[in-house]
Amino acid sequence: MIASLIEGVPHRALALLGALLVALVAAPLVAGDYLLTVLILILYFAYIGQAWNIMMGFAGQLSLGHALYVGLGAYTAASLYVHFGIGPWLGLLVAVPVAALAGAFIGFLAFRFRVAGVYFAILTIAVAEFARVGFDHLSWTSGSSGLFLPVAQFTHNDLWQLRGHPVMFYYILLAATVFAFIFCRALLQSRVGYFWRAIREDEEAARSAGIDVFHYKMIAVVISAAMTSFAGVIYAFYYNNLFPEQVFHISRSIEIILGPIVGGIGTLFGPILGAVVLTGLAETLTAALAAAGIDLPGAKQVFYGVCLLLVITTLPDGVWPWVCKRIGLAERNK
Amino acid sequence: MSALLSINGVSKRFRGLVAVDRVSFEVPEGGVFAVIGPNGAGKTTLFNMIAGVFPPDGGSIIFAGERIDGLPPDRICRRGIGRTFQIVRPFPALSVEDNVIVGALLHRKRVGAARAHAHDVLRRLDLYDKRAQRASALTLPDRKRLEVARALASDPKLLLLDEVMAGLRPTEMDRIVAILRELNRETGLTILLIEHVMRAVMALASRILVLHHGAAIAEGLPEQVMRDRAVIDSYLGVEAIA
Repeated sequence: MIASLIEGVPHRALALLGALLVALVAAPLVAGDYLLTVLILILYFAYIGQAWNIMMGFAGQLSLGHALYVGLGAYTAASLYVHFGIGPWLGLLVAVPVAALAGAFIGFLAFRFRVAGVYFAILTIAVAEFARVGFDHLSWTSGSSGLFLPVAQFTHNDLWQLRGHPVMFYYILLAATVFAFIFCRALLQSRVGYFWRAIREDEEAARSAGIDVFHYKMIAVVISAAMTSFAGVIYAFYYNNLFPEQVFHISRSIEIILGPIVGGIGTLFGPILGAVVLTGLAETLTAALAAAGIDLPGAKQVFYGVCLLLVITTLPDGVWPWVCKRIGLAERNK
Repeated sequence: MSALLSINGVSKRFRGLVAVDRVSFEVPEGGVFAVIGPNGAGKTTLFNMIAGVFPPDGGSIIFAGERIDGLPPDRICRRGIGRTFQIVRPFPALSVEDNVIVGALLHRKRVGAARAHAHDVLRRLDLYDKRAQRASALTLPDRKRLEVARALASDPKLLLLDEVMAGLRPTEMDRIVAILRELNRETGLTILLIEHVMRAVMALASRILVLHHGAAIAEGLPEQVMRDRAVIDSYLGVEAIA
């Protein structure tokens, strides 16, 4: 099993991966509180980026509404906790199927009736917006006034109830990101992965090669939605407050997809590298503007936009394929 | 020889235009059957109905004893009909090998077994040395053979070739003709080809059907069809002038 996982991976790449993992495991020992929250953000976006990449990068289906799955995961687990005292891990057993069902619903509507390309993207936005407005009026989750989880003192970490210090969340997200990376690699190299890439490249040709396109696109949406909802559960218990206007907002969906796009769509390292680059960039800009004494509203967003524009115009395939060429690693899984 | 594919009075209309008009013929198992005719004769429409791109308006298509008209393309492929596209459509960002593995995975669960089968097919199609290249980097003749390889990897009983010779130079054409003849002879693969290039048709086909304005005007052995008055008037003569 383990032998098949590392089969075909160059020794240099394995060594690099090992070093990276050791560094990430050791990071909380040296990182201060501020750096830790930045690292948590990076892992959060790396994980969701990986999940989104299954749909877009592997199967070629553009979702602009992934905030929907984050929100459903977050709200389901948080409501169960607030109303019934059901812990997050048991809550996952409900939250993940709820998000998977929502993904299946969108997928069924779109793929059965051949809604493709930008129209599919619009459908994903529409459902996420529908959820945002719906949750605004859902009294069970306190509507637009927000759902709050009881905040605990960080006296001890309760892993079972997800109450505790950010370090605990850091390690949970690190484990999730490592899992997502390995899982995505296995998917990409499996029969399903080949069929997804065929569909991404040319749906008609894939259909003529005997691939049940509907079936495999559904698998992609359901897996992606289910994975994303886990991040939503962690989000709820990390921030302890949920507002429909924030969680389901389209800007959240856009935030999710920027990482994989900047890092390299369809690659395994793209979502991770993209999360590092973007979160790092945002934090650096904040620090740089503060140091320069610039206190203009929106200044950070303008600089952020300019940097993003530069990255995307100079490296349209993403940062990771460019890094691969530089360090002499062949990007095989494209 | 029994019929692997039989087309019975198949018709297709596009708005007012009758593209294919009650065409019937049988492709014998193990044969190489060619459909020829001038541009607009309805060849590609006929081909698309067999491949499941759209259903016929009338008539039936029977493959290996079962009706297949109206089935979607993926189910038709899984029944054992592989096809190529007139304008080639390999998966551009995938390697040559991965393109063929996709075909081979249709009836194989494991990627390893599919890869081994893909290598066999690539050797047959003279593409083994180029297996690591991206499909988009190939020349047109190579891409044409890649299309045949991908279709072949799914172990079809019947291979549908849509103008696979179009745009090829004579030497490239001879190469692909030789490969197809060998495939037909060694594996007993049945081939149905739609073709404009008479040189390739005469070298390959054991039977020919001639379409003109959507209707079958002649069918038979190649030498019979070539002497047919209606065929010379409607098609061969046209080509001779051109």
